[in-house]
Amino acid sequence: MAVQELLRMQGVGKSYFGNRVLANVNFTLGKGEILGLVGENGAGKSTLMNILFGMPVIAETGGFEGKILLDGKEVFFTNPFEALEAGVGMVHQEFSLIPGFSAAENIVLNRESTKYNLIVEAFGDRLRTLDRPKIDARAEKAIDTLNVVLDKKTIVSEMPVGHKQFVEIAREIDKETTRLLVLDEPTAVLTEGEAAILLQSMRRLADMGISIIFISHRLQEILDVCDKIIVLRDGEVVKELTPEKTDIFEIASAMVGRSIDKQFLREERVEILGEPLLKVENLWVDMPGETVRDVSFEVRKGEIFGIGGLAGQGKLGIGNGIMGLFAAGGTVAFDSRPVPLNDPMAVLSMGIAAVSEDRREVGLLLDEPISWNIIFTALQVQNRFLRTLPGGFIRIRDIKAIRECARQYIEALEIKCVSERQRVVELSGGNQQKVCLAKAFALEPRLLFVAEPTRGIDVGAKKVVLDTLREYNRKNGVTIVVISSELEEMRSICDRIAIIDEGRVAGILPASAPSAEFGLLMLGKVEKTKERVNV
Amino acid sequence: MERIKSFIEAAGWPRIIIALFLLSLFIIAPFVQVRLDASISDTLVRFGMNGVMVLAMVPMVQAGCGLNFGLPLGIIAGLLGAVTSIELNLTGLAGVLTAMAIAIPIAVLLGFAYGLLLNRVKGGEMMIATYVGFSSVAFMSIMWLLLPYKSPNMVWGYAGTGLRTTISVDQYWIRAISDVFAIQKGDYFYFPTGMFLFLGLLCFLMWIFMRTKTGTAMTTVGSNPDFARASGVNVDRMRTISVILSTVLGAIGIIVYQQSFGFIQLYMGPFYMAFPAVASILIGGASVNKASILNVIIGTILFQGILTMTPSVINSIVQTDMSEVVRIVVSNGMILYALTRVVSVKSR
Repeated sequence: MAVQELLRMQGVGKSYFGNRVLANVNFTLGKGEILGLVGENGAGKSTLMNILFGMPVIAETGGFEGKILLDGKEVFFTNPFEALEAGVGMVHQEFSLIPGFSAAENIVLNRESTKYNLIVEAFGDRLRTLDRPKIDARAEKAIDTLNVVLDKKTIVSEMPVGHKQFVEIAREIDKETTRLLVLDEPTAVLTEGEAAILLQSMRRLADMGISIIFISHRLQEILDVCDKIIVLRDGEVVKELTPEKTDIFEIASAMVGRSIDKQFLREERVEILGEPLLKVENLWVDMPGETVRDVSFEVRKGEIFGIGGLAGQGKLGIGNGIMGLFAAGGTVAFDSRPVPLNDPMAVLSMGIAAVSEDRREVGLLLDEPISWNIIFTALQVQNRFLRTLPGGFIRIRDIKAIRECARQYIEALEIKCVSERQRVVELSGGNQQKVCLAKAFALEPRLLFVAEPTRGIDVGAKKVVLDTLREYNRKNGVTIVVISSELEEMRSICDRIAIIDEGRVAGILPASAPSAEFGLLMLGKVEKTKERVNV
Repeated sequence: MERIKSFIEAAGWPRIIIALFLLSLFIIAPFVQVRLDASISDTLVRFGMNGVMVLAMVPMVQAGCGLNFGLPLGIIAGLLGAVTSIELNLTGLAGVLTAMAIAIPIAVLLGFAYGLLLNRVKGGEMMIATYVGFSSVAFMSIMWLLLPYKSPNMVWGYAGTGLRTTISVDQYWIRAISDVFAIQKGDYFYFPTGMFLFLGLLCFLMWIFMRTKTGTAMTTVGSNPDFARASGVNVDRMRTISVILSTVLGAIGIIVYQQSFGFIQLYMGPFYMAFPAVASILIGGASVNKASILNVIIGTILFQGILTMTPSVINSIVQTDMSEVVRIVVSNGMILYALTRVVSVKSR
């Protein structure tokens, strides 16, 4: 199929302060084609799109190398407005909608259809009256193009996230000049059904002659919808694929640069597990959105115990409740000693540590250096990393010991950073998660709660995190409780998995049980509520 | 070139511009018949006088309680110490130290109550703090009249009761701290060594404190309270400690100020005391939840330097006495500028 070429990138490269993030990117995109752009976090996708879109950050840091040709003519956008004018539209991950405006108003924002009135004579065109019927018609047309059910009069702040995403795409469609549309992870916030609709709409847009660059972490979507797939790794195009001739495994392994098809394979272990280490009886936790009603279970010494279940059923409440972060009751015994509830310090000093599911809010000190993040809890709970000043009364932070400890974990967990003094906010999601793990490891706990260890991090980092947990369990004999919504990941590292449903344990199965059985336990609730709704 | 760039980045443009302006004032001064040695001496004395009160901002900022607009509360504790010391007829270093010894326990009590209050208004500390400061000043305006002080040097002459608005410490402990190892060169240059040593000591103690377990916990509370709580830190306790520390430093600060200034100012005296201190630390580069000793020193030098130099230089240029007007314009202008920094940091 000989399609007319719309966009061509020739040898595009970029470095920030001597740090190369993009090198020699070449590709072409035809009219009405969908290009899938995949890569791990930090592979250079965003930088590439920033260059294409003329984001000021690129010019401020010394411009870029290579050429961008649009319709055969070289273009060089110095700001996003020029890009918009040339027909390049972008839908961002973050919503750039005005919450108090209706869908229609957002769609036509700053390009409203207007009517003449008398005031214009005196004050100029900026005071023309809005032509509401025309605006509505335009919005409706854009929404229809997407083929979604969406009321143009709904206020954006009252919409589900999926609809906001559609409004944003509709806005780009409404611009008649749009020839190239960049969608940056549009499906990340959508439900499966909504994502399917979006993919269909993308196909329709492509058929109308609009070219699309589609960035997504969901590889199946990429395979389903794209005409061409480009895999970026460490700033370089490592593979250019066509969906007919490839599969998820090839893309995924190209992304991380190593074969990962064995990633989720279980590693059976032979040794017999020890005595019960943690006994939980009739635990209730008042955590908003994750209420735990009545949970009892036992975790044995040396085990990796999984706690799964659908979101909102209370699995996250268990860890947070035992760690004393939310009001809780019931009996919890650790190594046959009672664990005081609602007292984080007491729990931590018993040798129990936790990695929070809420990395940014609870898990990290974003504005502090990596080293602080790693050692702080150990310093507070175990009085480590302190040295005594001459005189013997006052103990202050031992900078040297802190640095050594931080460096040791940075090396062991392969945390990518400039130095241990870099602020955590500057790290990528996967590396932040590694810092969270290092923080927990630095406490040298006997029992470790890890909540959602792989949430929001890329494929490569997921594997490293899971491997680290398994290794830590095997080598140091630390008992680990993994709380996660990713059943397959849990099955790959856990020994037994409990499924939580409506704040209660629905069942505990060995991880080797077929996934259908886990599914049934989780869905028990779904069916029940359905019945209830019907009644 | 790279080094200059990184220096500018580290220091921040506002500080460099203010520093250059201050420098230019010092350069102009000799040409308009303002004595350089006297100017430098004045700047240094003012720096020493105000340094402790600026230092008082550090603990609360670090613990995430915001800037201590309630500094007048600490100042009131200091005033109580000072007038009691005079009532006891103590002079010299003994008088100053007694004033501090009396002021500190009062400041601890007031700070504790103030801390409990601030723990109930998380997120709106600075607004509440401002009114705590204002209302405590109003309350004490009544108390100064009613408290049973008797020393003839302090009470109103015609009634024999009630403290006067301004009380001289001339015969008691004027420059008791400043004069320790002080250097006097000629008629115009005076270097208050003692006051600098004292400020240095307090800064050093604060530096040490911020590196202890408690100080580390406090900084973390300011950085992310949820993280601190999950690490077993009692967030409210850390905040209360920071407020107590800040109030105590405010009390000590005003006594240092008075012994150098020579007067105790009661009634509305403490009313606006918080603003120059807040402005100084902001100009020094602190944000609403990060402040360091270096911010204190740089900020105080710049703020007090400008405040000393602008009126005298401008006065000499225009040849009329409007120094007070210039001083008010400059100081409030600087405060205004500094407070806009608060907003920009918050909205980031």
